[in-house]
Amino acid sequence: MSTVNQATPPPAAARAAMKKELPEHFKGYKHVWVFMELERGQVHPVSFELLGEGRKLADKLGVELAGVVVGPPGEATWHAVAEAFAYGADLAYIIEDPLLSDYRNEPFTKAMTDLVNSYKPEILLLGATTLGRDLAGSVATTLLTGLTADCTELDVDADGSLAATRPTFGGSLLCTIYTLNYRPQMATVRPRVMSMPKRVERPVGRIIPHKLSMVEEDIVTKILGFLPDGQSAKANLAYADVVVAGGLGLGAVENLQLVKNLAQSIGAEYGCSRPLVQKGWMPADRQIGQTGKTIRPKLYIAAGISGAIQHRVGVEGADLIVAINTDPNAPIFDFAHVGIVSDAIRLLPALTEAFMRRLSPHNRDKLAS
Amino acid sequence: MHIVICIKQVPDSAHIRVHPVTNTIMRQGVPTIINPYDLFALEEALRLRDVHGGEITVLTMGPPMAEDALRKALTYGADRAVLLTDRYFAGSDTLATSFALSQAIAKIGETFGKPDIVFTGKQTIDGDTAQVGPGIAKRLDLVQLTYVAKIGVVDFEAREIAVERRSEGGTQMLKSKLPCLVTMLEGTNEIRRGMLDDALRAARSEIVKWSATDAGIEDLMKCGLRGSPTVVKRVFAPTARAEKAARIDTTDKSPRDLADELIAEIFTRQPSMEHELAFNGGA
Ligand SMILES: Cc1cc2nc3c(=O)[nH]c(=O)nc-3n(C[C@H](O)[C@H](O)[C@H](O)COP(=O)(O)OP(=O)(O)OC[C@H]3O[C@@H](n4cnc5c(N)ncnc54)[C@H](O)[C@@H]3O)c2cc1C
Ligand SMILES: Nc1ncnc2c1ncn2[C@@H]1O[C@H](COP(=O)(O)O)[C@@H](O)[C@H]1O
Repeated sequence: MSTVNQATPPPAAARAAMKKELPEHFKGYKHVWVFMELERGQVHPVSFELLGEGRKLADKLGVELAGVVVGPPGEATWHAVAEAFAYGADLAYIIEDPLLSDYRNEPFTKAMTDLVNSYKPEILLLGATTLGRDLAGSVATTLLTGLTADCTELDVDADGSLAATRPTFGGSLLCTIYTLNYRPQMATVRPRVMSMPKRVERPVGRIIPHKLSMVEEDIVTKILGFLPDGQSAKANLAYADVVVAGGLGLGAVENLQLVKNLAQSIGAEYGCSRPLVQKGWMPADRQIGQTGKTIRPKLYIAAGISGAIQHRVGVEGADLIVAINTDPNAPIFDFAHVGIVSDAIRLLPALTEAFMRRLSPHNRDKLAS
Repeated sequence: MHIVICIKQVPDSAHIRVHPVTNTIMRQGVPTIINPYDLFALEEALRLRDVHGGEITVLTMGPPMAEDALRKALTYGADRAVLLTDRYFAGSDTLATSFALSQAIAKIGETFGKPDIVFTGKQTIDGDTAQVGPGIAKRLDLVQLTYVAKIGVVDFEAREIAVERRSEGGTQMLKSKLPCLVTMLEGTNEIRRGMLDDALRAARSEIVKWSATDAGIEDLMKCGLRGSPTVVKRVFAPTARAEKAARIDTTDKSPRDLADELIAEIFTRQPSMEHELAFNGGA
């Protein structure tokens, strides 16, 4: 994407048509790859979301879908291979090496660029996590190819090019970006932007092992330690089924307790709009939106949030959005499913109580039977 | 000690409006600011200078008016400003941007002394890719330290640096070597108020202005549009949702009644939810 001279669509489109001629040596680049992100033995769910998208792209192109697993020797790494198949991969590339046990840019970049140069994919997708973004940037620069960050939609056009759509200018516009004349076409996607595909137990596909051509002495950066996040930060906001969030409309830091109470009573996660983080009322990892987390819950309750575009882009994937706002013209009512023009400070406690009544053990027994 | 920090002048997105018909950004009258994420990097650089002494060079690539952003950086206390400006850079994507900036950093190294640390912000608010930092690191063969939350001990003699780096699910404690490229995480510090002396100096300072040739760039094919593998094919506005929110009528209703009504509405729309919540909640 152009960072100096954005938003000049007509000449850009003309240029896109003009420049489209893939050099001969890139014509052999085939198949869609998904980088399987492994962190401390766990596959990041964004990898499954990407396999779901990758499957669609591969089917449209009539090519294969591969999961790429790089990690330390052992069970967790092989588990990631099995998971790649369960979520739709036809084959998997694997590099096992002790140097790949914790993420460091140097060995991971080496592993990925070697794989690309050896097996030549046309599309390479990574999660837009801290790891994925760190890695994607250096892999793309090493390969001198294009990389489109934080895509919200991926498609292939008539001539088989990847059309990667992403928000620009804080979500006020979307743009579709092509990588001309270079391969692979690389893109990152944030967790929860794409839906989770169905997991299907299926026979293991082809596995192609590869070696890491690097030794510890080649790696400048050393890991001294790792400090897992504390309780608050463990919040799995992005993957919660129900999220309750508060905004500036709550007026005072004490009133956040009303949000937390409601969340607790229904086993939900809680979050907030950006100004609350800036005020220090909530930790940064509770922020929802363009510069915070993207969420995709079944139910999202927003109290005292105006619904600015930067907030909207983070919550649009929710199945049901309920907005509580005193201003009948607040933009949030343009994308919420259910709106209630009311004072959140009075309604939130009432809502907590009403949920408790309705979900009381007595009623719970009735539901269970 | 010599630190180079890359900043970008961006439109203040709080003021951006999209033209309803043409779907282009209406830039007229939109104030420009230093990309907010870059200020965390600048402050970190200033803190290192507070402790170790040395010099800070700010670098930007952009149109001539990007000079304003550089002057602003000088008022915060940066020592020197370099503006990389040339029509050949127009239309650069992240690969072409990181190429031009890395060439300019090499030239800064030859002219004013090799940098020990190159800083960038985590990302820009207009490009918003977080790729330019890693791109520069790769091109200059610098160690890449992204999402740095804290810089620990920097030993300029032993050429070592310790940082805390944000990663998924926790913080990595890393030890690495100088020279390196650091992208700073947001919220890690707060930019200082510039001193009057610096403001006066900033107004008087000569800004170093380099064209592509001045920066020693020989291969113009790697710059701007021609050096950019990606192109923007189409720009469009997000589609608005067809129907507006169903409003719950609030006239003459107590919060209790409203709450019951809202919950009934939720469970009508999401029937499986009642069962799930009953067994999740702390109720
Ligand atoms: C580069 C950039 C990135 C950004 N990223 C994000 C992001 O990731 N996430 C994000 O959320 N924002 C983000 N923002 C900020 C965003 O533009 C808005 O400023 C922000 O979302 C507004 O927060 P708010 O809705 O809580 O506050 P406000 O806009 O002030 O809205 C408060 C709302 O509360 C209502 N209200 C007042 N009193 C009550 C009451 N008693 N009961 C009920 N309602 C009441 C008001 O009617 C109003 O609608 C970003 C901005 C920029 C420039
Ligand atoms: N034109 C530019 N001039 C100077 N620095 C830039 C420029 N573009 C990006 N950067 C730096 O690279 C970082 C990441 O930018 P981006 O990849 O656009 O999100 C920014 O925070 C800046 O520090």
